[in-house]
Amino acid sequence: MSRLGDLGARLYRGEIGVDFVGRRKIWYGVSVLITVLAFAGVLIRGLHMGVEFEGGAVFTTSATEVSVEEAREVAEEASGSQALVQTLGDDGSMRIQVSGLDTDQSNATREALAEELGIPTDSLNAEVIGPSWGDQIANKAWQGLGIFLVLVVIYLAIAFEWRMALAALIALIHDLTITVGVYALVGFEVTPGTVIGLLTILGYSLYDTVVVFDGLKEQTRHFTRQTRYTYAELANRSLNGTLVRSINTSVVALLPVGALLFIGGGLLGGGMLNDIALSLFVGLTAGAYSSIVIATPLVSDLKSREPEVRAQDKRVLAKRAKRADGAEGEEHPEDEAVASGAEADDEPVEPADDESAAPAGVGAPRGPRRQPAARSRGRGRPSGKRR
Amino acid sequence: MATPKKDLGSSRKRDLGSRAAQGKPGRALFLIVLIMGGLIGGMFASGHTSPRLGIDLAGGTSITLSAVPDGDNQDAINTTNLNTAVNIIERRVNGLGVSEAEVQTQGDRNIIVNIPKGSDEQQAREQVGTTAELGFRPVLSATSAQPLPEDTGEGTGDTGDTGETGDTEGSADTGGSEETADSGDSADSQDSAGTEGDTATEGDTGAESDTTDQGLAPLGQGGSATTASNASFTTDQADEGDTGGDTGDTGGDAGDAATDPAQQEAAELQAQLDALDCSTDEARLASSRAAGQADPEEPIVACYPDQDAKYALGPVAVPGTDVTDASAVYDTQRGQGWIVQMEFSTAGAGRFADVTADLATQVQPMNQFAIVLDGEVVSAPSVSERLGGGRAEISGSFTQETSEDLANILKYGALPLSFEEASVSTVSPTLGGEQLEAGLIAGGIGLALVVIYMLVYYRGLSLIAVASLLVSTVLTYTLMSLLGPAIGFALNLPAVCGAIVAIGITADSFIVYFERIRDEVREGRSLRPAVERAWPRARRTILVSDFVSFLAAAVLFVVTVGKVQGFAFTLGLTTLLDVVVVFLFTKPLMTLLARRKFFSSGHSWSGLDPKRLGARTPFRGARRGPAPVQPDVKEA
Repeated sequence: MSRLGDLGARLYRGEIGVDFVGRRKIWYGVSVLITVLAFAGVLIRGLHMGVEFEGGAVFTTSATEVSVEEAREVAEEASGSQALVQTLGDDGSMRIQVSGLDTDQSNATREALAEELGIPTDSLNAEVIGPSWGDQIANKAWQGLGIFLVLVVIYLAIAFEWRMALAALIALIHDLTITVGVYALVGFEVTPGTVIGLLTILGYSLYDTVVVFDGLKEQTRHFTRQTRYTYAELANRSLNGTLVRSINTSVVALLPVGALLFIGGGLLGGGMLNDIALSLFVGLTAGAYSSIVIATPLVSDLKSREPEVRAQDKRVLAKRAKRADGAEGEEHPEDEAVASGAEADDEPVEPADDESAAPAGVGAPRGPRRQPAARSRGRGRPSGKRR
Repeated sequence: MATPKKDLGSSRKRDLGSRAAQGKPGRALFLIVLIMGGLIGGMFASGHTSPRLGIDLAGGTSITLSAVPDGDNQDAINTTNLNTAVNIIERRVNGLGVSEAEVQTQGDRNIIVNIPKGSDEQQAREQVGTTAELGFRPVLSATSAQPLPEDTGEGTGDTGDTGETGDTEGSADTGGSEETADSGDSADSQDSAGTEGDTATEGDTGAESDTTDQGLAPLGQGGSATTASNASFTTDQADEGDTGGDTGDTGGDAGDAATDPAQQEAAELQAQLDALDCSTDEARLASSRAAGQADPEEPIVACYPDQDAKYALGPVAVPGTDVTDASAVYDTQRGQGWIVQMEFSTAGAGRFADVTADLATQVQPMNQFAIVLDGEVVSAPSVSERLGGGRAEISGSFTQETSEDLANILKYGALPLSFEEASVSTVSPTLGGEQLEAGLIAGGIGLALVVIYMLVYYRGLSLIAVASLLVSTVLTYTLMSLLGPAIGFALNLPAVCGAIVAIGITADSFIVYFERIRDEVREGRSLRPAVERAWPRARRTILVSDFVSFLAAAVLFVVTVGKVQGFAFTLGLTTLLDVVVVFLFTKPLMTLLARRKFFSSGHSWSGLDPKRLGARTPFRGARRGPAPVQPDVKEA
């Protein structure tokens, strides 16, 4: 933990950091690529819709002696349609899925199966779904999605500002797209459970984004009253400052879902638990990723278009250039030293410049600054934070 | 260290001023203990110590019916019609003797029927799905459904009372001639005893006037006809004059004509009627199924469960589709209480007038006009005159509820909408149990993983998190148990899933707060001010993100159908509880524990060791502390 805690501290103070905002083009590129892949997957491979969406019947048996082959034959014979039989767990229980059945046919199939398995009809679980039910679930889900998105964008626009709301919306759509894409590419079956999972991602993915935005809002509150950082740099700082928090919240959110997935997929061998957990798992992972590398950089991009912010950024850069001019010669080695800590080209340079300016003002020359880097940076940090 | 202390003082004072709960952690903790105690107490007091399980966990059959829009009548799918359909389906399912069957609307076009394990699922499905048929059939003869001889004795006495004393001539006649007619029909002496019993029952109920026995009357006519017998039909005043004359003629003819050729048939029917068993739910079901499937042109025998009577009924005289409108009205003019008014289509009005003219000449019980729904008599008003004009009303001892029920039945014939089975799922208790078990195991593992992660990462702090999670679990469990009986909440698999996912959301709030505290400690503050200063910011983050989660859950709950709803409900509930727990438990507990030496001294196992967190040295903190603190206090 000590190492992790230390990492957290260093991230918090901005000693190290990943330049998410500066390198946003790369992240955008990655996301666009994934999105394109997702779309391609949906268009080319299509989604494998479960029986719940197409109409049909799913029978679940308890532990039996009957083989998968036998069960399939019986089911196909009785129903006259193709049957899909899977074993669940290792005790020989089975899931038999037949699509395109109406109620009567599925009753007949159920009876035939029960007879073959030697159990009373009542103890053979059946789920018979009319073809319109899935449509209804899907329509309602779309409707819910639409209403939620509108409401949440309004809310975020009030609680934060419209740029953040827009960025959050894009991040959210990004997560949903990725999840759907994974389903298409891997060929997981889409069931009502999947839809539930997808809809939950809505709330959850935003949870992460909101945590990050909250830090960002605080960090940039006094943006115009300082001349040290550009908006993008501040955004990146806040992002790195809340990085540990974001990762922790995501991990903690994923742990129970992982447990569900393990139990649902491993012990039960499928079914509702597994379906919900799977889409949640994919969606939450995408959500953690997007709230860090998509949402905040997007806000930064949008903000930087604002005239006020642009003017301030210009002032900051001008001031920095002036400072850099004065100290150019010796500044470079220090720059590199810092840049190696964080793989950024722009941002980490900045605090270093800043440090150089502050002690210079106090009257201390370069010497002490380079050696106890942590100290001087620690000193510089809260002043940034205070804003 | 001096400065931070000052800071603590100021921030605590501010907190005291703004929110007492924060300043007095003990009070908040007491409150939450009180809430928990109340909920647990309520849980045991009400006897619902575990959440009600949904069909998918407890086993049973769940049927979802979706209303299918008719081509010409798109707005038929509305709340009123759905509720009517729910009432009718409920009647049917409960008619099966199914205990605790649940019928409820869902979304804007669905009805969910949940039938617990142990009932005849097949039968239930048939009952639920079929479109019921409504018709008016003339009563040929009537018997008590009660086989007990004592009743007969009692009843006869009562009949005498009601029939002869309080009532008009017609009614008195009725009683007399009915007995003769019956004994003529049936050779058996036992039969005649049975018949007497029947009249008795009717008289009995009429006298007590606590039942829904009705009479048909023309609209706006005096109340005499109504009280004349236990049930009566009346119609518009305009036709009244004619009615009398017509009735006499046609009635006489019809009576003569009908009796002779029908003699043989009537005897058969009487035998059927005697054989008809209306004493148990199952038997009634069988009879109503048989009667329901009968040809409208054929006479049937049917039970009248509300009156404990059974009837032999003639062919359908007026089909239910002829009724164009019906409504329950409170009659203030004549003081008849609740009555049911109905209107017929033109064709229906003609048929109804003819039949009532015929019936009015008959004697009790053959002047009764049974309203038959799904092979079961729902009402059997008597007719004392021809009812023309296409309007009629049924009066009798209705309550508001019974009159509305009858009006609905008349209006909609059967179900006001046609439905299709959208999904049927049958789960055996074994599989349901397995699913529940798996869900609980998954929840346990998830909880354990979260606790372990917190323990490793936050050390001592995680104790607070674990305690908060426990409080949250207790609250969730008790609320779920209590919501079962309160609002019909049933824990289904998606709901279990939602609860497990909520572990993460709840733990996230603690992380947000802990990280904030750590940030403050990194700034060089000692723990107590750090805890207080971190709170307002963490609080805002927690509230905003919980609100978003709750918004998602609420929208899902309102908009979606099916299993999604159960999930959304749990998610919303747990999100709300998360806020409650963080405000009333986690924060106060943190405030209290921050006073403990273990935490405030930054013990290496407390999770708040300033050195490990990389806080600036106290030296620097002291030197530079005041400067950063001042502006921040204002923000907080």
